[in-house]
Amino acid sequence: MPQDTLKLPELSLVLLIGSTGAGKSTFARRLFKPTEIVSSDACRGYVADDENDQSASKDAFELLHYLVAKRLKRGLLTVVDATNVQPEGRKPLVALARQYHVLPVAIVLDVPESVAQQRNAQRPDRRHLGRHVIASHRQQLRRSLRSLKEEGFRHVHHLRSVEEIDAVQHLTRDRLYNNRKEETGPFDIIGDVHGCYEELCALLEQLGYQVLEEPILDVRDLGVRVVAPLTVHASASPPDPLSDGEGTPVMHGQESPGSPFSIGEGGRGDEARRKAIFLGDFVDRGPASPQVLRLVMSMVRDGTALCVPGNHDIKLLRHLNGKKVTVNHGLAETLAQFEAEPEAFKSEVRRFLDGLVSHYVLDGGKLVVAHAGLTEEMQGRGSGAVRAFALFGESTGEIDEFGLPVRYEWAREYRGRAMVAFGHTPVPDAEWLNNTIDLDTGCVFGGRLTALRYPERELVAVPAAQVYCEPVRPLNYRRSSADSVVRESERFPDPRTTESALQSAQHEQDDLLDIRDVTGKQFIETRLMRGVTIREENAVAALEVMSRFALHPKWLLYLPPTMSPTETSALPDLLEHPAEAFDYYKRLGVERVVCEEKHMGSRVVVVLGKDEATIQRRLGLVGEGIGKCYTRTGRNFFTDAALETAFLARLRDAFTTAGFWEKFDTDWVCLDAELLPWSAKAQELVKNQYAAVAAAANAALPQVEAALTEAAARNLDGIDALLARTTARREAAAHYAAAYRRYCWPVHSLDDLKLAPFHLLATEGRTYFDRDHAWHMETLRSLALADPGLLRATPYRVVPLADPAEIEAAIQWWTDLTAAGGEGMVVKPYDFVPQGKGGLLQPALKCRGREYLRIIYGPDYLLPGNLDRLRQRNVKAKRNLALREFALGVEGLERFVARQPLRRVHQCVFGVLALESEAVDPRL
Amino acid sequence: MLLTISTTYQPATDLGYLLHKNPARLQSIEVAGGEAHIFYPEASAERCTAALLLDLDPIGLVRGRSGSNGEGFALEQYVNDRPYVASSFLSAALSKAFGTAMNGTCKDKPDLPAQALPLAVKVAVVSAPGPDWPRRLFEPLGYEVEIETTPLDPTVPEWGDSRYYTLHLHHAGLRLQDVLTHLYVLLPVLDNDKHYYIGENEAEKLLHRGGDWLPQHPERGFITRRYLRYLAAYVNPTLARLMEGDEDLTETSPPDPLSRGEGAPEMPVAESSGSPSPRERGRGGEVNGEGDQRLSLHDQRLQQVAHEIYELGPKRVLDLGCGEGKLLRLLLRQSKIEYLLGMDVSHQALARAAQRLHLDEMPPRQRTRLDLIQGSLLYRDERLAGFDAAALVEVIEHLDENRLAALEAVVFGQARPAHVFVTTPNADYNQLFEKLNAGEFRHDDHRFEWSRAEFSAWAAGVAGRHGYQVRLVGMGEEVEGVGAPSQMAVFETTL
Repeated sequence: MPQDTLKLPELSLVLLIGSTGAGKSTFARRLFKPTEIVSSDACRGYVADDENDQSASKDAFELLHYLVAKRLKRGLLTVVDATNVQPEGRKPLVALARQYHVLPVAIVLDVPESVAQQRNAQRPDRRHLGRHVIASHRQQLRRSLRSLKEEGFRHVHHLRSVEEIDAVQHLTRDRLYNNRKEETGPFDIIGDVHGCYEELCALLEQLGYQVLEEPILDVRDLGVRVVAPLTVHASASPPDPLSDGEGTPVMHGQESPGSPFSIGEGGRGDEARRKAIFLGDFVDRGPASPQVLRLVMSMVRDGTALCVPGNHDIKLLRHLNGKKVTVNHGLAETLAQFEAEPEAFKSEVRRFLDGLVSHYVLDGGKLVVAHAGLTEEMQGRGSGAVRAFALFGESTGEIDEFGLPVRYEWAREYRGRAMVAFGHTPVPDAEWLNNTIDLDTGCVFGGRLTALRYPERELVAVPAAQVYCEPVRPLNYRRSSADSVVRESERFPDPRTTESALQSAQHEQDDLLDIRDVTGKQFIETRLMRGVTIREENAVAALEVMSRFALHPKWLLYLPPTMSPTETSALPDLLEHPAEAFDYYKRLGVERVVCEEKHMGSRVVVVLGKDEATIQRRLGLVGEGIGKCYTRTGRNFFTDAALETAFLARLRDAFTTAGFWEKFDTDWVCLDAELLPWSAKAQELVKNQYAAVAAAANAALPQVEAALTEAAARNLDGIDALLARTTARREAAAHYAAAYRRYCWPVHSLDDLKLAPFHLLATEGRTYFDRDHAWHMETLRSLALADPGLLRATPYRVVPLADPAEIEAAIQWWTDLTAAGGEGMVVKPYDFVPQGKGGLLQPALKCRGREYLRIIYGPDYLLPGNLDRLRQRNVKAKRNLALREFALGVEGLERFVARQPLRRVHQCVFGVLALESEAVDPRL
Repeated sequence: MLLTISTTYQPATDLGYLLHKNPARLQSIEVAGGEAHIFYPEASAERCTAALLLDLDPIGLVRGRSGSNGEGFALEQYVNDRPYVASSFLSAALSKAFGTAMNGTCKDKPDLPAQALPLAVKVAVVSAPGPDWPRRLFEPLGYEVEIETTPLDPTVPEWGDSRYYTLHLHHAGLRLQDVLTHLYVLLPVLDNDKHYYIGENEAEKLLHRGGDWLPQHPERGFITRRYLRYLAAYVNPTLARLMEGDEDLTETSPPDPLSRGEGAPEMPVAESSGSPSPRERGRGGEVNGEGDQRLSLHDQRLQQVAHEIYELGPKRVLDLGCGEGKLLRLLLRQSKIEYLLGMDVSHQALARAAQRLHLDEMPPRQRTRLDLIQGSLLYRDERLAGFDAAALVEVIEHLDENRLAALEAVVFGQARPAHVFVTTPNADYNQLFEKLNAGEFRHDDHRFEWSRAEFSAWAAGVAGRHGYQVRLVGMGEEVEGVGAPSQMAVFETTL
């Protein structure tokens, strides 16, 4: 009876094989998505405007192969609709399947010649085809049937008649064995055990598992049972370091959202338990390989563990299967231990090892486990190459001085999204590198047995009870330097390697970023916005700024977003006024805002460590001091190294005095701040532009006035109006000079510098974007008390937008501030990350004072005729930028705090810089 | 911005006829950037003063800016000195308001224009590169020159004087036409920031207005270069035409003092706008006379590097920090080189290189020999692998010293060309530059300048760490005790 269902692996390359007229296209359309089908006829059409133009076949097939390659690369099932009757036509397709580790499948549509002839005769475009074409296709097809398996097709479906073809109504797409995306953990991933049963039990117990001995009553009993611990739902954020005693005096009666004790969701209905994952190499070298296998097999059977095979396990399997293997690398011990085991156990082991899958993709694709690791292109794929890589990793073919193969360190180049946990290569410490981690800490060589708790990313380890085997290559042998295959740097040791040896592998690798991560069009996924696109032109501009002027990228954890002003005020004589800011936020559903006085200084980001060792440990920067203070474009704020050192030391002391390090349980901090005076950084700008314009005006205008006064005495028509206008301009110039002078004072020493921090951005292990602005203000106010000579607290007020009196008072506050010469204020929604009706809101709006704006719009901006024109400005582009930069800034710092590789942080920082090259009105 | 012209010629009110403007009326005309008002503060038979008040619209100047008017930075900002300073805007207003006078015509009194008059001129204010420059420009033309200085900020005395001066000119007897012409040409030269695009007709204008007096002017080189905004293409033919039949006068004018370029041609003009690439930024300094046999230091350096590469005969060559492509042009001529890759971090520099090398019009065969890419020496870059030689001419000193480790890793660790040529200034030689104070660098963007010992130590370290051998070469004429102006390290791989 003909089958009505065909089974296919979910990721496969399907070749339809059949003569012209066999009904391939109809079959494909009936069973596959239109986008899954790549047809040679369609390709001929694309390159020749004629689907039957055989002269276009070469180009058409090049296109077909290109399309197939792109789809396979992206992990999509693909159906090739071409005759595929010739082995030389199938060969490149099978090669593509191999290249992308996809299973090739053949579906042969075998219809009688007469049917094909008849079908073609009904098609005007194929009527001209000679009868011999179909005949030769059929002949080739018959010959092909014998060789398909040999050519590498894993599945061959031979449909022998029109009836059998038509009977197929369904496809079953089988999941690959390695696809366990639905398993979300939590997991305890355990490195190479190598027969160290005692340590394995100790580790499991430390992880909360109970190892129970069981009686062996049946040949299938393993004598051991392991109970996994219940998962604890402690999604608690770390407790608020300042929550005791130092409430926010401004707001009261409001629960802050992240209250430390609001965990109480209660347990889940089902009893979720943790699951162990073994990374293979259970046997060889160690004292109790069979016992380790028993435990692992028992756990896998009970569903309390998953396991992937290691190369040692597979070698044992080959031996058990009767294959001839070289007995070395500890296999002899295993075989000796197996002597005492019953045959039934041995065959259990054989069955078990034979059924193991080379790697698993878990937790929605976020976690991959494989004995020797796996590159991104191979994850979730199936091929011999994938299996070999998962078992053995990659070697360069060279042999090192210990006679061992030189391993190619794939993890150095790993850029995949999934975390990869692996073992295979013993290392002294489990270290993160590009979101991968090697958990083989050489237990059997006297090291430790290590587990990684996922998703917590915590390491748990137990020491080896003894050295069971002397390693050929010393455990602490480290191949250094940024080269993937290391030769030169070993022969020519860098004088800095004494230092860089103290650096983690990640820091060492982060020393060199790759240009591909920043140039060209970039799409950066962020938590706050779905994705931020960086245009290529902007990246071009940023590359130059970053390369020529910025600090070492390791310092650049964060760049602040640009800030839009309020919409233009309609009030006479004013360009900006707080009412527009309040309206904006109220309209978008914000209930209260924080108004902060705007300091006229230079925006800086401060990265500060408790000491230089901290910076070295956390940032991987050697000999660069205890911190940096950098501008919005990543440039060092200081040009005077002595002043910088003194400033940072004094700042650090203030943090120490304030007890900050203990209170926040950290040894570094990142702040967003304003550094005053403006003239400290902008001295040249002040002199060349601001003071110069005042000087020119003061030199020219009185002389113009004098000439006009003289002419006025001659009673010439129209002179009086010109004179009045000139006088007004002279006065405006004087106001302008007064405005810029307010923000300039000479910096002779440290005492002349003031730092006004307004955001506490991050400390070890966390960011503070979840804290409201009142919290930031209060936290930093108490910090400022530690050194009032250096630190300035920012005056602010919280304004409930439903209260007209409060709004009125805030406007009055602004009016007073700016009348006294203040720059103005910044209005921020109470929450740091403001979500409104339409998504993310402006994180802040600035509202600048009337006098201050002379520095922006020129001395004469308020003169009749000028202001009206200036009112026509558009803040839309600026606001759009501000949102994207905000999302990128937050993302970058969160990535840093999560200890992601530098390139992931740098990408965001670079993105902010790139967006800043977008053309928007610089006066906004 | 105010310009007054006074005379005591009798009757002084003839000034009104000459200027074709009635002393009894205020007249306002629309000019580029705003309005010009012409009026007479005094108009008696003994003494008559005509005033031109240029009232520029500061908002209009910025808003109406369509991108390519002038190269100056000033007009990108509302806060700019244009409304107060005599600039090219004044020249435009002069030719509109006093065009007939400048052309020497006077309908009512046809003989008057030829008349030499006692004249006093006041300009409030001019912007000048230094207090001596008004004198250097106007005294050779027979004026008595006085300037009034202005403090940059009276509340900050230590800042000293600003670049703005009130200019007073007196002449015992000169045609008004000449005075106007002198002002027309020289005021924008002092100011050095033209508000419009400089095209070929700018040279025609200069010839037209200055043809009579400029060839004899001792500062004609300075005037020409600045008038034409250093656009070399326009400078040389113009100069040549001005100096026709007067060969002795070529190449005697000193370079622009603002270029700091004397003796150190690689230094940039101080007022260069934008962010020029590390190389070839000396627009002012590059303007050499056509027949000049002496090569600039920079050109010598390039020739020496090109020669070293020629001797080596590599097939694939990298120019890292290729700037505007001067070295690439030399290397393209070498037939053994099959492929050249020029890289620079500056997109602008690359665009200029493409232009100068005529990339778009290159024949296909030649085109396949050359590519230009944007890149940075601080980022690992696969595109740089597989080359036989790489040149880094005057590049490393433009990076902060603590970033050299990244450059080292990119070039010597990752790209690993068989040969690498690195040149950098020799700080030992700096004492021979008179204009360079001790501790100062030759270029504003230099982050360091190394002595021969420092360079040698760095080069030896790099070579040792990456498996190269290195030899050091002086570039330019060696001077006893201080070496040559530049130094080069030639690396060769030993692996």
